[in-house]
Amino acid sequence: MSSFSGLARATDPIDQNKATAMENVKIAAEKVQVFYGETHAIKDVSIDIRARTVTAFIGPSGCGKSTFLRCLNRMNDTIDICRVEGRIAIDNEDIYDPKVDPVQLRAKVGMVFQKPNPFPKSIYDNIAYGPRIHGLVRRKSELDDIVASSLQKAGLWEEVKDRLDSPGTGLSGGQQQRLCIARAIAVSPEVILMDEPCSALDPIATAKVEELIDELRENYTIVIVTHSMQQAARVSQRTAFFHLGNLVEVGDTQDIFTNPVDKRTQDYITGRFG
Amino acid sequence: MTDTSLAPASSTPGSRSRSLLELDPHTKKRNAAEARFRVYGIVAIGIGLFFLVALLYSILSNGLTAFYQTSVTLEVPLVQTEIDAAEKSVVKTSKYRDMIAAVLVQKMEQAGVATSMKSKELLQILSAGAPGTLRDHVLSHPEQIGTTATFDFLASSRVDGYLKGRVTRAALAEDKNLSAAHLDIIDQLVEKGIVEKGFNWNFIFGSDASDSRPEQAGIGVSMIGSLFMMLVVLVLSLPIGVAASIYLEEFAPKNRWTDLIEVNISNLAAVPSIVFGILGLSAFIQFAHLPQSAPLVGGLVLTLMTLPTIIISTRASLKSVPPSIRDAALGIGASKMQSVFHHVLPLAMPGILTGTIIGLAQALGETAPLLLIGMVGFIASEFPDGVFDGFLAPNSAMPAQIYEWAKRADPAFYERAWGGIIILLVFLMIMNIVAIILRRRFERRW
Ligand SMILES: Nc1ncnc2c1ncn2[C@@H]1O[C@H](COP(=O)(O)OP(=O)(O)O)[C@@H](O)[C@H]1O
Ligand SMILES: [Mg+2]
Repeated sequence: MSSFSGLARATDPIDQNKATAMENVKIAAEKVQVFYGETHAIKDVSIDIRARTVTAFIGPSGCGKSTFLRCLNRMNDTIDICRVEGRIAIDNEDIYDPKVDPVQLRAKVGMVFQKPNPFPKSIYDNIAYGPRIHGLVRRKSELDDIVASSLQKAGLWEEVKDRLDSPGTGLSGGQQQRLCIARAIAVSPEVILMDEPCSALDPIATAKVEELIDELRENYTIVIVTHSMQQAARVSQRTAFFHLGNLVEVGDTQDIFTNPVDKRTQDYITGRFG
Repeated sequence: MTDTSLAPASSTPGSRSRSLLELDPHTKKRNAAEARFRVYGIVAIGIGLFFLVALLYSILSNGLTAFYQTSVTLEVPLVQTEIDAAEKSVVKTSKYRDMIAAVLVQKMEQAGVATSMKSKELLQILSAGAPGTLRDHVLSHPEQIGTTATFDFLASSRVDGYLKGRVTRAALAEDKNLSAAHLDIIDQLVEKGIVEKGFNWNFIFGSDASDSRPEQAGIGVSMIGSLFMMLVVLVLSLPIGVAASIYLEEFAPKNRWTDLIEVNISNLAAVPSIVFGILGLSAFIQFAHLPQSAPLVGGLVLTLMTLPTIIISTRASLKSVPPSIRDAALGIGASKMQSVFHHVLPLAMPGILTGTIIGLAQALGETAPLLLIGMVGFIASEFPDGVFDGFLAPNSAMPAQIYEWAKRADPAFYERAWGGIIILLVFLMIMNIVAIILRRRFERRW
């Protein structure tokens, strides 16, 4: 690439404790580049994401957090002009291998979006849709069980158990977002990607979703994009800081916030830009 | 600029500030402009409404009379020997005419209506089709021979026109068929209840008649022609149009080729319908040797015309489905096709149905291309035997039938043209109501 070692160092992320990270890597990204047509949106990003851990992506808006997140379940495939290079492996399997069907991948890597987007169907059908299309159930009772347990895991069961037939779109914003999380859980994914899941919610609903994320960590690998540093500090164990398409720094959340190595991380955390 | 102008105002409060109770000149101007605009709007709507009312008034006042028809009630004894004699003669109906004339003369005598006219001249008050009506009845009900049957024979179009106020005594001076003396008789027969106006079912369910018998003409057969055409259009254009739109909107890569296709579809929607007609003539009839004047061919031509409308409206309604729904489905591992068919299409359905019905309504009212493929009005004189015939036997369609009637010289046909327009409009209105109901039924909020 470049003969300047200084430049190379600038794009290499600083991983404060890479040694311990080796053990339980769920997602390994190596030298990922993303282009939207001519725009180079993600530049040479390498990162290891640990299993059963909440990893937060932070950074000023437009720095490519969503873009990188969408690479992890190949949602970028749906954008015509988007091109991804490099290697991303989940459980050591390259997800961009031509043999991989993105549809199958997305059952394994679920996604929750910025704006709650329940289907305009009943609460029950919202949850049941995934298991149905993946053929996870044979009997109605099994489906009922999945719906109930998904809603329980998403902490929504008590609020909606009496009105599973009412439309999912009739719930409040926070409930809708938890419904979307329940919907993602229902297909038993291993990884859940969340793109600013609380940006459309009020503080109380946000607190509930954050609590939920913390509980889900036990069983799922979670990657969350957030523009709120407080949120990253509250819910994540690992934090990655993106800037202008580069992954600047990644490490334990505590270290990133108390002891950032890179000047840009420091500036961002102290509110100098963003 | 704002800084400098604001600075003195804020530094010396009161000096530039105005009371809220009086309007400054600028606000006055803006308010006046707004008031003027409202007036323009109301005037525009008023003009539109005026034309609508004028249109409806002229259609109804000209066309409603077509739904009533004058008839003469006569009891005809069906005598075996007379019928046998009639069936043996060369011009069979002439004997039947004599039978009717005898009954009419007798009935007038009984009613005390005196006349010096000969029976042949007298019969001018009846439709030329009356003997045919009698004969058809006898042939289809042989068991009634030997009894007396009651008939409502159609009055001739002149008599009908006189009772509807269309034909005046003055106008009859130049008429070879009817004289003022006839009208005197009619006036008396009306008083006696022998000549009456009744609801004209035959106009709605009957077939077209020859130039000389406007009183017999009905729009029923061409209605059937329109129905079969619409079936062809619906069955072809809905699946093809929706499939094409889904592919273009959801699956096709966005590149120069799809852009080109898109532009061409929009252009196609603006092509004059007569162009489709001549295309249908050369492609379907001259090249593919499909039968002329067949509703199948008409349907094919109208499909070509309707497809762009359906594709454009379907794509618009697919576009209006929020992308977040697609993301939601893809995000839990639905395939592209599942996301489209399970989520996007149901949400787009109201728009698709509305577009389809509007397309069908356009096709229903289309005349020019039908004339080119031979579906002209006077062909609609016989009901098709069965479904197969319905598609392939020569027929016309409602608008072509209306055009045909409007062309004919007799003002009685002109009245029927207006009546046909009322029926056509009723169909269009029903279709629009169905579109609204379907849209309400399928509409979901999110
Ligand atoms: N669909 C797209 N088409 C073209 N450019 C895009 C698209 N999505 C994002 N980008 C560009 O990629 C860059 C990163 O965007 P994004 O990943 O959304 O940032 P973030 O989520 O960090 O705010 C931005 O410069 C944005 O303009
Ligand atoms: Mg984003």
